[in-house]
Amino acid sequence: PIRSVSVDLNNDASLLIDIPDALCERDKVKFTVHTKTTLSSFQKPEFSVPRQHEDFIWLHDTLVETEDYAGLIIPPAPPKPDFEGPREKMHKLGEGEATMTKEEYTKMKQELEAEYLAVFKKTVQVHEIFLQRLSSHPILNKDRNFQIFLEYDQDLSVRRKNAKEMFGGFFKNMVKSADEVLISGVKEVDDFFEQEKTFLLDYYSKIKDSTAKAEKMTRSHKNIADDYIRISATLNITMSFVSLQKVEGRVASDQELKLTELLRYYMRDIQAAKDLLYRRARALADYENSNKALDKARLKSKDIPQAEEHQQQCLQKFDKLSESGKKELTSFKGRRVVAFRKNLIEMAELEIKHAKVRSSIQLYYICFIMCTNELQYAWGICKILCEQI
Amino acid sequence: MATSSERSPPPFPDSEEQDVLDTEEVANRATDDDDDDGEDLFLSPTNQSLAEMEPTLPPTSQNSDFLIQPPIDIMSDPLIDPIISPEENKPAAEVVSEPSDDFVDLTNNGTDSPDDTGTADSTKDTSEIPLDEPSDEFFDILGSESGAPQEEVVVADVTVEASKSEDTDPPLDDETGSKVEQAKETSTDPIINITGDLPASDTQQPPTTNKIADPLLDLFSDTPAVDAKKPIQPIPDLFEDEGSDLFTEPRQTKPAKQPQKSLFGEPDEDLFAEPLGATSKKTISQEPKTVTPKPSGDGGDKGANQREPADIFTEEAVITAPTVSKTPGATSKTNGVHSEEDTDIFAEATVELSLDSPHNERKKDMTAKPSASAPSLAAAAAAASLTKPQSAALEELEEEEEEEEEDDKFEINVSVTNPEKIGDGMNAYMAYKVSTETTLPMFRTKTFTVRRRFSDFLGLYEKLSEKHGPNGFIVPPPPEKSILGMTKVKVGKEDSSSTDFVERRRGALERYLQRVVNHPSLIQDPDVREFLEREELPRAVNTQALSGAGFLKMINKATDAVSKMTIKMNESDVWFEEKLQEVEAADQLFRKLHTLVESLVVHRKELSLNTASFAKSAAMLGSAEDNTALSRALSQLAEVEDKMEQLHQEQAANDTFSFAELIADFIRLLGAVRGSFDHRMKAWQRWQDAQSMLQKKRETEAKLLWANKPDKLQLAKEEIVEWEAKVTQYERDFERVSATVRKEVIRFEKERTKNFKRQIIKYMESLLQSQQQVMKYWEAFLPEAKAIA
Repeated sequence: PIRSVSVDLNNDASLLIDIPDALCERDKVKFTVHTKTTLSSFQKPEFSVPRQHEDFIWLHDTLVETEDYAGLIIPPAPPKPDFEGPREKMHKLGEGEATMTKEEYTKMKQELEAEYLAVFKKTVQVHEIFLQRLSSHPILNKDRNFQIFLEYDQDLSVRRKNAKEMFGGFFKNMVKSADEVLISGVKEVDDFFEQEKTFLLDYYSKIKDSTAKAEKMTRSHKNIADDYIRISATLNITMSFVSLQKVEGRVASDQELKLTELLRYYMRDIQAAKDLLYRRARALADYENSNKALDKARLKSKDIPQAEEHQQQCLQKFDKLSESGKKELTSFKGRRVVAFRKNLIEMAELEIKHAKVRSSIQLYYICFIMCTNELQYAWGICKILCEQI
Repeated sequence: MATSSERSPPPFPDSEEQDVLDTEEVANRATDDDDDDGEDLFLSPTNQSLAEMEPTLPPTSQNSDFLIQPPIDIMSDPLIDPIISPEENKPAAEVVSEPSDDFVDLTNNGTDSPDDTGTADSTKDTSEIPLDEPSDEFFDILGSESGAPQEEVVVADVTVEASKSEDTDPPLDDETGSKVEQAKETSTDPIINITGDLPASDTQQPPTTNKIADPLLDLFSDTPAVDAKKPIQPIPDLFEDEGSDLFTEPRQTKPAKQPQKSLFGEPDEDLFAEPLGATSKKTISQEPKTVTPKPSGDGGDKGANQREPADIFTEEAVITAPTVSKTPGATSKTNGVHSEEDTDIFAEATVELSLDSPHNERKKDMTAKPSASAPSLAAAAAAASLTKPQSAALEELEEEEEEEEEDDKFEINVSVTNPEKIGDGMNAYMAYKVSTETTLPMFRTKTFTVRRRFSDFLGLYEKLSEKHGPNGFIVPPPPEKSILGMTKVKVGKEDSSSTDFVERRRGALERYLQRVVNHPSLIQDPDVREFLEREELPRAVNTQALSGAGFLKMINKATDAVSKMTIKMNESDVWFEEKLQEVEAADQLFRKLHTLVESLVVHRKELSLNTASFAKSAAMLGSAEDNTALSRALSQLAEVEDKMEQLHQEQAANDTFSFAELIADFIRLLGAVRGSFDHRMKAWQRWQDAQSMLQKKRETEAKLLWANKPDKLQLAKEEIVEWEAKVTQYERDFERVSATVRKEVIRFEKERTKNFKRQIIKYMESLLQSQQQVMKYWEAFLPEAKAIA
């Protein structure tokens, strides 16, 4: 299976995680998280546990909320499994059944099922990648909650956030973005971070745009694939349309996998990097405030030791954050470049392959329509071709 | 109303729904669904006639099947038939013992023994393509297609490799041959070479390959010639010669093709291509022509190892005999077919052949699809016309066309160019340059150009359909007036949709005119000549009133009413009945297809837009990227996507012009075909009316005789004589119209198959070329992506 997004994982054999299996129950997806490890902190060398999407979110949130990890880029949480697209399409298809020929309907249905399967696979993959990012991180892979997540063989039964907390989270985000504006007023002391901030903010808006545009493009591609299905179902003879539709559908899904997913993932990853910058800026602001408080205390000659201590703590925290942040951001850059490289190469190769296949189908089609009127025969050839793809 | 229907441009998708609704009102029929109504219109009459006339035919279920499952028949028939007919041939020829296995064998043998036939090899190659490198050569072929003549050489080589792996020597003489040849159509040439080779190599194989060769051989008109030559070649030379023979043979056969052409081509060709009036003498002279080759063909076969070509004749010989004798007996009052000369009997035979032959039953059995039996009509057309289409290579088709034209002193080419807006505001109109090139003696000069406006084209159609429609001719319809499209043009909006509209219309007008001038009878019409030649054409006034949707609606109403009324005729000729159903089914299919292709175009345009905006966005992302190599790769990606956008746009245009427009043409033409059926029914009606009138007159005479009124009796007698003459006249008219309709429909189907094939190939080629581009772009991008570090 091709990984949708490569996240340069320095694969450490001491902790290997994968999701070999997942089960879709109504709205819930149950993932089987399988771990193989040589670390002594685990009771067994190999085990599997059932986990739901909410558990992943819980893990992510606890990591974000851990003070010690403030200087790290916390891998972005996997997006919520979304089967609405294919489901809605399936619904529409059911409604439109009367207007279609049986053949058309069957073909459309098959195509939708394939799409559904693709979404499902993709969902599993993003969850897997989240865990793999954690397992390959020198600090995060030692996290207690992470280990519990991997090892605890019962349902984690993570309490879902209640409305107030959800609202709190939302509110926090509001505050955060308001804060961001505020903190951006704080004068940056380090050129590296200044540059990084400008870069990430700019990059984020660009990649967000690109992601949206790529999604749109992929969708149009799928529409064309659908048109091909309907045409081929209507026009029995144009066998080549059947194959074209298959290829067209594949072009769309490969583009989705290689390009859109990549952009989508790095959009989230950049958000995570931005969060790191935010936390650092916050620490910087704290430090400056503590400086001010110390000055005040000195002026008033009151509570000077406490203020001094607080100021020291803030400075320490800020320094620590800056140090690990610098490391994280540098490694992030490398990771991004590698991932882009890999995906762009793979995409180009797939595009070439599809173009070749399409050409050969078309050429053979032309040959056969010209030299025989016998399309069944040509169809046989196309079929062989398709199976080889 | 009845008369106006004569010049009805057939309905088109846009106007369809309303029309159907209107008909509904006229007919006072309560139906909930538009579509259903459409079906009903044609279902009910057919049921009736079926029930009345042909109790032997399977009842309604079959009918509804035609309508429910149109796709299978219409499209597949002309094309799939060839497979089946050869199979059928064999039992007729009584040569091969196991005819039914052929299809299976065809593929099996092909894959089992790689050196068997060209086809077999290509089968193998095909399956390998995605796996290994041959695909690369493959693509070079494609690239060269659009390229210079020398590159064709490469094509030839690769083809040889592909079809004959052991055959390594590059056939030099062929290259030159192909160079000469491809003067006509470069893009199709390479493929033609392949086509040419397959049959050629087939025949040269030892007898063991016969079975594989069979279906193919029958398909190619080349083969008989090749066969005939066979004995001359020493058998051991088979493999040595092959390399060159592969290529030279198709060309060598050309001179030899002349007689062969008359074997195959002419029976159909002349029958249908000849203007009706001119038949009598010519047919006589053709009769020997068609017959004489038979012995020689048979002889050649016996001498050689094959009997394939014989099949074609034996089939005709065997099957014609019974059918010809059957026709007069079975149908007492139809068709005029048997009243015509021998030629027509022959035509009848060809048609009947696929109606009544075992072929049908077998087909039914084989493909348990109920529709399979009806479509055998298309099969009929195919059988009648197939000898040619089977030869399949596009070039050959064209050649034959040309030859055909020469034979019939037919040499005319019309083009419609330079659409130009004349005048301003709502009085503006589009004028087109109509250029004619011809060697026809009826024209004063060889090339001439006139300017015509759109309404002139409509005017021509009206004149033609008024004159020739009632005689059963399928008068090619022009594109209909589009108020919306023209308004945009008039307002002078220079957007893509209005240029699109103008180009679409120009193309449609050109194809319309070409159809008119290529029609053997219509080209003789003085109005056509006037349209092409005369500097100033009197303004076609009535088209103004008649143009537009309202006009169409009215016409359709009339046509449908007429057909509903007259369709009650006791259809004694299954052929017409089934043909009509087929036309209906085809009409529905094409309408659906048209909608789908239009939506494909819309989506393609959408994709093009979205790709463009992604390209922009990717370029921006590239500029934001701080890694230099990645930044460059991203802007390269943006460029690739930009080019892709261009390709999508071109492809959308291709979808429109080579696919959607083709379908639109056929929808119009199918309307015209339906019109010709209507005219036949009207002729029938007139004859029936005259008959009942004669009956009345006779009764009157009897009464007068009884009443002993000699003074009036004389008058009554005269009237009877008069009506007897009329009945005879009308009957003859009906027979004449029937014969014409039949010929016209067969001609139409032949044209359709040819046209459709050519268009599909053209379309596929355009897809192919765009894939070449895609590949090129991504291949150029790949190193950029790899350079990211």
